Amino acid sequence: MIRVQKEDFDPGAEIAGLTAGRRDVGGIASFVGLVRERAGDTLIRAMTLEHYPGMTERKLAEIDAEANRRWPLQGTLVIHRHGRLLPGERIVLVATASAHRAAALEACQFLIDWLKTKAPFWKHEETAEGGHWVEARAGDDEAERRWTGRQR
Amino acid sequence: MKLLYFAWLKTRIGMAEETATPPATVKTAGDLLDWLASRGPGYAAALTDRRVVRVAVNQEYVGFDHPLRPDDEVALFPPVTGG
Repeated sequence: MIRVQKEDFDPGAEIAGLTAGRRDVGGIASFVGLVRERAGDTLIRAMTLEHYPGMTERKLAEIDAEANRRWPLQGTLVIHRHGRLLPGERIVLVATASAHRAAALEACQFLIDWLKTKAPFWKHEETAEGGHWVEARAGDDEAERRWTGRQR
Repeated sequence: MKLLYFAWLKTRIGMAEETATPPATVKTAGDLLDWLASRGPGYAAALTDRRVVRVAVNQEYVGFDHPLRPDDEVALFPPVTGG
């Protein structure tokens, strides 16, 4: 399941909800992304996440379906926030449930790596000097490429 | 044709969306970028470096050689930075 929302989320409640009432899940892997206060030497006052309503949900659903195609998962959850966020606030949650840990852990990393290079979100940082759009990192493309051609 | 701009492309062009009727010579996404860049300094500044411009047509990523239709929704934006 995927969700794009302005509101905060409760990671514990969301993860518990992923497997509520089930007995076939062996493990859950999760990743929670937060707004970091520092980017190098620069102090971040706030971060605004812009997105492309419609396409964002579509790409997240595709990424979610691809994870479910590659690994035997019993549940997946991707929640991504948009709007203005302060340092320390949660941005994104990825959680994956599977019978065994390897599938859950790998699928969780796959989802966050792919999301970072495919889902249309853009970060704008506010600093003492004003504001600027965050540039994409080459490392994100490399992280995504690790999964390309790797089929299970 | 509905055009959408995001992140710094929106800032430089000065609007989030517009409806445009490109001339018949605009057949592909790349043609559209060339035509837009000729419309004013804001457009030109936004579209100077094509390596950092991504194009989505009807909410799917496409290459610059992708053919366009008059009723397409075309979005222009920089490489994504979510997560």
